[in-house]
Amino acid sequence: MCDVFYLLLVSSFIRIKILNMKILVCISHVPDTTSKINFSEGDTKFDSNGVQYVINPNDEFGLTRAMWFKEKQNASIDVISVGGSETETTLRKALAIGADAAIRVNASTPDGLSVAKHLADVAKKGSYDLVIAGRESIDYNGGMVPGMLAAMLNANFVTNCISLEIEGTTATATREIDGGKETLSTLLPLVIGGQKGLVEESDLRIPNMRGIMMARKKPLTVIDPEPNSSATKSVSFEKPASRGDVKLVEADNIDELINLLHNEAKVI
Amino acid sequence: MSVLVYTESDKGILKKAAFEAASYGKAIADSTGTSLTAITFNVSDTSKLGDYGVDKVLNIESIDEFNAFVYADAIKQAAEKENTAIIVLSSSADSKYIAPILAIGLNAGYVPNVVETPKNLSPFTVKRTAFTNKAFCYTEISTPVKIVGVSNNSYGLVENTGAAQTENFSPILAESSTSVVSVDKANDKVTIADAEVVVSAGRGLKGPENWEMIEELADVLGAATACSKPVSDLGWRPHSEHVGQTGKPVATNLYIAIGISGAIQHLAGVSASKVKVVINTDAEAPFFKAADYGVVGDAFEVVPKLIEKLKVFKAENA
Repeated sequence: MCDVFYLLLVSSFIRIKILNMKILVCISHVPDTTSKINFSEGDTKFDSNGVQYVINPNDEFGLTRAMWFKEKQNASIDVISVGGSETETTLRKALAIGADAAIRVNASTPDGLSVAKHLADVAKKGSYDLVIAGRESIDYNGGMVPGMLAAMLNANFVTNCISLEIEGTTATATREIDGGKETLSTLLPLVIGGQKGLVEESDLRIPNMRGIMMARKKPLTVIDPEPNSSATKSVSFEKPASRGDVKLVEADNIDELINLLHNEAKVI
Repeated sequence: MSVLVYTESDKGILKKAAFEAASYGKAIADSTGTSLTAITFNVSDTSKLGDYGVDKVLNIESIDEFNAFVYADAIKQAAEKENTAIIVLSSSADSKYIAPILAIGLNAGYVPNVVETPKNLSPFTVKRTAFTNKAFCYTEISTPVKIVGVSNNSYGLVENTGAAQTENFSPILAESSTSVVSVDKANDKVTIADAEVVVSAGRGLKGPENWEMIEELADVLGAATACSKPVSDLGWRPHSEHVGQTGKPVATNLYIAIGISGAIQHLAGVSASKVKVVINTDAEAPFFKAADYGVVGDAFEVVPKLIEKLKVFKAENA
């Protein structure tokens, strides 16, 4: 009898745990994809003049998938960003889309390792079941933060993730590989490097007025961390050399195009 | 103190990206006055690595399926055994999966998307792409152990001589709670990552039913097929074909854009390709400013003609 009671207690505990999956979505605040890229201070700094910032698209696919878990599986969502106060507009947008709480780690970070360390500190304290980051940010394209974070958390990890289902503590995730896809079975806690496919472009949500109003009342906690060490540093930038003018070939002279590709460009 | 290169294989056969990574590793080994060791998994014939300067090969046969943590752990143990200071990987999906885990394991600084041999050895400085090819960034690695991810098709294949002396390597590896359920991969198709030529099409094609000629053109050229973002968003083509800033990057020898106007995000994603050809009815399409060769014309007339002429060309030059 006592055993049965104990079993019930345990199973109800597990059930509660499943119903309350805790998700942390890592948000990078990046220049809009249409941005013209310029540098300042002798090509050593990114010039943010006139640049519009957005949620990193890969992170937005992750956040939208997290919203599905919130609505269908009763998960809770914290969003986190590492950066200065300027990143708060992006965090507020994530709250307006539907995240429950936001965390900003007030630090300037020289590289992905430093970002990952700050994220790991917060993730450890929050005991998240699932951490979703974008497979890469569209500014530095490092693609290292989710993997480093997983390694530091001793969590499982799937990157280039295009599909994610979670049942209890088991996750089924599909990742894009060169020339196809691979489906993996793994366990929580799990870190995901997400991308398009996790949800469709048409699933992305534009915050509505109600969401924006509610976002104002949701908590946005600022953490002032101890500085950590980085391993790499961006020294200077360079823009690609401008290319020559296009050589036009008449539509009825395709032989000439083949000739140019064969004899001049030597690519066929 | 050798340089260690992870040379990737598919079903036991070394990939082209493996030889490029080895070529790059050999250049660093030469400039630092050391030898080049390659690590492979389940490769039956490793001798070809010698042609790209590999002196020694550590081949692992004790691992059945790809697992990023297990592979990273094995490479870590190889690096420790070889007392390696510099590790080179490619930019394949698997290499990019492994590298960050390996970086934490070895307390190593990691820089991906590197396009040239190091500018400096001390401080160790490499040139990488950033902002999806809209810029390059010179990056210093300050840790004793360094990991470099070479951008595909950037350094190229450089033939060399090495003994490629192969020994079996059996690291002690932990179990992983991640396992492969299924792999869905078209074996007969060239992948965008490995392709020398990519044929890509956009909304100018008017509908998914018109892709037959794109596939035929790709067939003739031995090319991979790709598409623009609107085309994948409309569901005309799978997401895996979407190239651009939020899709896949393309760094091929020849990129042919058909009916793609050339949004800035698309151009950024394909700009690392060496030669670009655009076919578009609109002479004002932005792609003409980014291309090497252009044809102002209707894809439905130009592409069939191009296929026909290429078939003749291929027959003559076979």
